[in-house]
Amino acid sequence: MESLQRVFGKNAAYILIGPAAIWLAVFFLFPMLSLLTTSLSDPATGSPINGYTLTWRIANYTEALGEYWPYMMRSLLYAGIATLMCLVLGYVLAYAIAFKAGRWKTVMLVLVIAPFFTSFLVRTLSWKLILADNGFIVNTLQTLHILGEDGRLLATPFAVIMGLTYNFLPFMILPLYTSLEKIDPRLNEAAADLYASPFQRFAKVIWPLSLPGVVGGTLLTFIPATGDYINASLLGSPNTQMVGNKIQQLFTTAGDYPHASALSVILMAIIVGMVLVYVRRAGTEELL
Amino acid sequence: MITRVGSWIGKHLMLTLGILVLLYMYIPNFIVALMSFNDSSQSRNLYQFQSFTWDNWLNPCEPQGMCESLRVSISIGLLATLVATIIGTLAAFALVRHRFEGRSTMNLVLFLPMATPEIVMGSSLLALFVAAGFGGQLGFWTVLIAHIMFCISFVVVTVRSRLAGLDSNLEKAASDLYANEWQTFWRITFPLVFPGILSAALLAFSLSFDDFIITNLNSGTTVTFPMFVWGAAQRGVPMQVNVIGTLMFLLALGIVIGGELLSRRRARGKAAAL
Repeated sequence: MESLQRVFGKNAAYILIGPAAIWLAVFFLFPMLSLLTTSLSDPATGSPINGYTLTWRIANYTEALGEYWPYMMRSLLYAGIATLMCLVLGYVLAYAIAFKAGRWKTVMLVLVIAPFFTSFLVRTLSWKLILADNGFIVNTLQTLHILGEDGRLLATPFAVIMGLTYNFLPFMILPLYTSLEKIDPRLNEAAADLYASPFQRFAKVIWPLSLPGVVGGTLLTFIPATGDYINASLLGSPNTQMVGNKIQQLFTTAGDYPHASALSVILMAIIVGMVLVYVRRAGTEELL
Repeated sequence: MITRVGSWIGKHLMLTLGILVLLYMYIPNFIVALMSFNDSSQSRNLYQFQSFTWDNWLNPCEPQGMCESLRVSISIGLLATLVATIIGTLAAFALVRHRFEGRSTMNLVLFLPMATPEIVMGSSLLALFVAAGFGGQLGFWTVLIAHIMFCISFVVVTVRSRLAGLDSNLEKAASDLYANEWQTFWRITFPLVFPGILSAALLAFSLSFDDFIITNLNSGTTVTFPMFVWGAAQRGVPMQVNVIGTLMFLLALGIVIGGELLSRRRARGKAAAL
């Protein structure tokens, strides 16, 4: 790369980074600004085709929050539970791949990513079949009296949370695996030599060393899960709709951009706030 | 036999649990493959297996508009992958090989799209297009712009980690052997980074091909494959959708396994040559 340096002098770095910087500025940062101004525009005077003018209408925020806060809370709750379930399931699998898979490590890692290549929507739709009212799982649970006679799984919060867990599990597994894989297995052996029980070894050696992966994985799971509306639409019912459903409906069917934008900004603000507190608590600020 | 399996499970508890989690991840893929052989013509209940047929595999393009949407998705996917991979690879080189002013800001800006919910990114882009007067011209190009945007960060992260793990002694050795900078770059650096660029491209394509939330907000009347599936889901999904799902899965698995075998054979060939 030194020849580039010679041709372009000190500007080589800026020439290399330029296209990415410009693209992200124009199509990521600038739109955020646009979202902000739309969220402060009067919904009555503008339209999706002609655009909106900024009138500093803060009432959009109070109206959006007043009307849709149950959806916001539901999103945070569902995403939170799904993230915890992903953490448990993902930790088991990541641990098994990192320490127990031996020469099957690469194969298992490929197998984690491979289901991804069947379209996300198609896979989510297949859960409809699995959880169907007259399906195998529901019938079995009814026979075992775990589920009532007319009990169902589809169109319940359970189905939505299960869908979120399933869909975002790989986002948890990969960062966890990266962190676990770096741990020197001799540390675990040393702890065992010093008479630490398996539980102590996990709590005092493995878990603390895997924290960067835990933080990274939970963020990569929680953030997209909070904004998701596909699982709630396909597997849920009108009573399990999340904030993403509302934002999408306001934009596409209602054409009410200012309130939709306000709701979007609120969602982003809540997520940024939670992430900052969480990252600081976990003490892994170098992650950002 | 059963006791042997039992003792293996006891000895490998974590591995067994891990395999169970992996099996859970494959339930939908199994169902999708199964449903691709479902004959749905006799019943309106599309979420139940009726009877076995090859028809869906023999006439994959039968549902109106499906293959057209597939073509749209593949063209957007290929173009977005090409642009994002080039832009992202250049940026990764700048971030790993150069110290410049604004580097940490750039790192943050690259991280942000990965930490923003898709609904927020999609809606902000829509707000921009509307504000800029393109509200009536949403379609192929606005979707392409959006896909390139969210693919860049993932390309940078993938290529950067490969580049950072590179042994710089190899490049020093090349210049000790009188290779000039361009020779060193094309003969040493690039071939070593190439697997990273390739996996970044594969990731970008799969992200673009599968995207629904951002696409749905910015596509106007253009229909990509995920949007076709979404639309069909309201009425009843044609079983051919499962054929495409299974094909994509097999294709991707083939590419990954083929790449792995090729690199193994090449490594073995090199070892033999030495």
